[in-house]
Amino acid sequence: MERKEFVCIGCPLGCNVTVEAEGKDIKSITGNTCPRGADYVTKELTDPRRIVTSLVKVSGGELPVVSVKTAADIPKDKIMDCMGVLKEIELPAPVCMGDVVAENVCGTGVNVIATRTCGLKAAEAT
Amino acid sequence: MKKELVIIGGGPAGLAAAIAARENGVEDLVIIERDGRLGGILNQCIHNGFGLHTFKEELTGPEYAARYIDRVLELGIPYKLNTMVVDLTQMSGLVQQDAADSVVSEERVKAADNAASGVHDVRKLVTVMNREEGLYTIEARAVILAMGCRERSRGALNIPGYRPAGIYSAGTAQRYVNMEGRMPGREVVILGSGDIGLIMARRMTLEGAKVKLVAELMPYSGGLKRNIVQCLDDFGIPLKLEHTVVDIKGKKRVEAVVIARVDEHSRPIPGTEEEIKCDTLLLSCGLIPENELSETLGVEMNSATKGPKVNESLETDKEGVFACGNVLHVHDLVDYVSEEALQAGKCAAAYLQGRHSAETVGKQIPIRAVNGVRYTVPASLNIDRMEASQVVRFRVGNVYRDAAVEVSFNGKAVSSRKKKVLAPGEMEQVILKKQDLQQFEGLEEITVSIRQA
Amino acid sequence: MTDIIVIGAGVTGCAVARELARYDLSVTVLERASDVCEGTSKANSGIAHAGFDAVPGTLKAKLNVAGSKMMEDLSKELDFPFKRNGSLVLCFDEGDRHKLKRLLEQGQKNGVEGLRIIEKEELKELEPNISDDAVAALFAPTGGIVCPFGLTIALAENAAVNGVMFRLNTEVQEIQKIPEGYRVITNQGTFDSRVIVNAAGVYADRFHNMVSGQKIKIIPRKGEYCLMDKKVGSWVTRTIFQLPTKYGKGVLVTPTVHGNLLAGPTAVDIEDYEGVNTTGEGMSDLMKRAALSVEGLPTGQVITSFAGLRAHGVTEKEDFILGPVEDAPGFFDAAGIESPGLTCAPALGKYVAEMVLEYLPAEEKKNFIAVRKGIPSMALADPEERQRLIKENPLYADVVCRCEMVTEGEIVDAIRRPLGATTLDGVKRRTRAGMGRCQAGFCSPRTVEILARELGRDMAVIGKNDKGSEFLTE
Repeated sequence: MERKEFVCIGCPLGCNVTVEAEGKDIKSITGNTCPRGADYVTKELTDPRRIVTSLVKVSGGELPVVSVKTAADIPKDKIMDCMGVLKEIELPAPVCMGDVVAENVCGTGVNVIATRTCGLKAAEAT
Repeated sequence: MKKELVIIGGGPAGLAAAIAARENGVEDLVIIERDGRLGGILNQCIHNGFGLHTFKEELTGPEYAARYIDRVLELGIPYKLNTMVVDLTQMSGLVQQDAADSVVSEERVKAADNAASGVHDVRKLVTVMNREEGLYTIEARAVILAMGCRERSRGALNIPGYRPAGIYSAGTAQRYVNMEGRMPGREVVILGSGDIGLIMARRMTLEGAKVKLVAELMPYSGGLKRNIVQCLDDFGIPLKLEHTVVDIKGKKRVEAVVIARVDEHSRPIPGTEEEIKCDTLLLSCGLIPENELSETLGVEMNSATKGPKVNESLETDKEGVFACGNVLHVHDLVDYVSEEALQAGKCAAAYLQGRHSAETVGKQIPIRAVNGVRYTVPASLNIDRMEASQVVRFRVGNVYRDAAVEVSFNGKAVSSRKKKVLAPGEMEQVILKKQDLQQFEGLEEITVSIRQA
Repeated sequence: MTDIIVIGAGVTGCAVARELARYDLSVTVLERASDVCEGTSKANSGIAHAGFDAVPGTLKAKLNVAGSKMMEDLSKELDFPFKRNGSLVLCFDEGDRHKLKRLLEQGQKNGVEGLRIIEKEELKELEPNISDDAVAALFAPTGGIVCPFGLTIALAENAAVNGVMFRLNTEVQEIQKIPEGYRVITNQGTFDSRVIVNAAGVYADRFHNMVSGQKIKIIPRKGEYCLMDKKVGSWVTRTIFQLPTKYGKGVLVTPTVHGNLLAGPTAVDIEDYEGVNTTGEGMSDLMKRAALSVEGLPTGQVITSFAGLRAHGVTEKEDFILGPVEDAPGFFDAAGIESPGLTCAPALGKYVAEMVLEYLPAEEKKNFIAVRKGIPSMALADPEERQRLIKENPLYADVVCRCEMVTEGEIVDAIRRPLGATTLDGVKRRTRAGMGRCQAGFCSPRTVEILARELGRDMAVIGKNDKGSEFLTE
């Protein structure tokens, strides 16, 4: 039996929730004030997922980088792999908000999309 | 140049205020933005979590800003970029009768008829500067202050030590990383657990930096719980409460910082020092509303918020000057900034349409913040002028568990709402109903307080 | 072979170099740091002392009074901020009045004009925020405040325009005697010179002792300061000194020439020649002492703190070590230049130059350019002047530092002018960008960007000051 401590992020209360489990088989959940706490830790224990937000490089754009995110949450343990993929990408400007930057990132079935529009670099003022 | 309404700042507050003003009938308005793009600080907040309240979805900063920018464009609201407001003053003297007709509401002119040959001039002079148009002054009937806030600096924190490169406010580091795509450091210590600091802990980690720890002076975090979990816990970054930085080492670039535990008076405890090697110290120790222009104008300030004192219309003590967003008081969520700013825009419209002038309505009822409540926004309200309900926002000065937020009229408790927990990092609110206020005979004062069980 | 090498581009070295630039001589200034004004000259009180403090008959006394008199004309000639705001020395104890009187007499002996002792009532009238505990004060109307960076950079720029060669990032490692003069070995190569002027601040003893058997000793004496917001810059309008009290040597409270309020310095002898760190004890000590001078010292308005090192020369007379070194012909010391060194600089430059000329006579140049125009300040300009500047260059409308209202035009100017800025601190000291209440939080990324663009370098090599102080790690 394994004991794990979580801080529930469902509300500002931040309950310290204790879970007893064997692998992903939950035996008990204690310390939560409301059902949301139980839902949260169950998800955290069995399938923790996060939305990843980062940048990719842009060439010829008004900014050197454009912000991106995974269109949905991806498994937590894929975060750094996803970062590795994004590091290698360089998009030509212009980029539009919502443009798919990487498809099915790290086999998660989730696309990475641009979260801002990046226009072309203005002609150099002299 | 003349304008009905000038909005100073094109961040989330300015954008929402402009939209509301236009939607409520103000045609002749302009947004003045000092940066090269609208959206303000949201542009560099590339993380998600914005808009949960407003749009029921988790947007990133740029996406949240885009919703408002798109609406501003749709409404054809004029804005000026790369434009700095360098001065904000009130026109002095009295308006001549003929001129008065065009600038103030009819009621005011009538009121002035009895007084003298004119009415006190309430027009504002907004002096702006940009590359294309140079320096010029806009004469405005109303102004909305939406300049946002800045971060507390190392100097203001009195951190001893050397002054090498590698000490940044969290927002400055955020700009380098998220706008320029550059890294300001590799081994990082963060002082202060404000949300920007927590967000940057994750951001720098994702970009390959080693964030060694976050030190927080107080016994509780200044940031949102969600950020503690997802930005620190997810990456195994320790948060040391009741710790501060007592020395900075390194003559050219930061080489180490010394942290120490503090006592209940926030004083470092000798003997608890610990040196931590790092090349970067990020500071996330609080935000300060940027009220330089408000002060130039002579607006009355609230010492608790460091923002203007406002009434139910979010109007300052200077007639026709409204304030909203982080320039008014530092918010926790941008959703509330937008909500507040929409109200400011609406009230400015009402003012410009002559539905708001001080002479036409009854007295202001003060709202007092007592017993754990640090301040309220607004600080007073006018029953005749308020909408059917009024949101009163506040922050508490400490962590309270199983407490209640109590509202009293003339010292008599009229409502009490239980809260499992109240924390300084989160903004709270109570809603006052016009009906309740009207029904309470001889209302002189409203108080908002915390009652502990 | 150059005629003269000046070691150190602080206010003293630059003042000497500028005076020597009037003559037909080749002058090179060697500076270890990446910019001029990087040592003692950048971290001091910024006071142009009236001259009552120094012991009559000393060089300190003579050059102080002379320097104070020259400062105003020089500030016009070289366009740097200076203001004769007057100074007061507070007496807190009736029993200390004799000290005040002694100071008055000493000042009169030194030739300070207009000194008088004023009583509490007049004191309160002059300075409403002065401490209720002050019983009387010595009033010195000729006391002034000056921008230490402004003065040093102006002297350096003007020297450079008149042919003085500045070699920055050049650290002197060794000095050898050669038949024609001296060989100076640095990290950037070897320089031969007929004459050496040693203006190396806290390091001056090191270089002196390389050529002379009569050793000198300089002790770095640390002074910590707290700088307060412009909001409270007029808490006092004059520079407020204290008579030494039972709590020790006093500290000053003064408006700066740019309108901030400054409190300091402490005085602690240290071993580390680079020990410019502030300390918790130092800062709280100095604020406590400063609070004795004024009512309600706005300690909550501190925007930054810093420390500087005085180059304290260990001498019998407590005086500057100034002049030819007996057993090293052609080697001139300008050492131990502690307070009132900044005030003395204009006179000291002349004094040393005259001695050098005696040793190495030269003709005056016909084409010496005495006047230098500083960087225009949009913050200080009136509306017409602002309009004119923007018309001339639209970059003057683009505000980079919002706290101090410094525009891109001013920053570009700071970079492009003679001896231009190459670092963030260089821009800061020339334009005040980043000196305001947010302490460069907002403007530093933009300033770094402008520096990179103007210098044709990548942002990653732009630093705060010297090599190793870069902001970005990639």
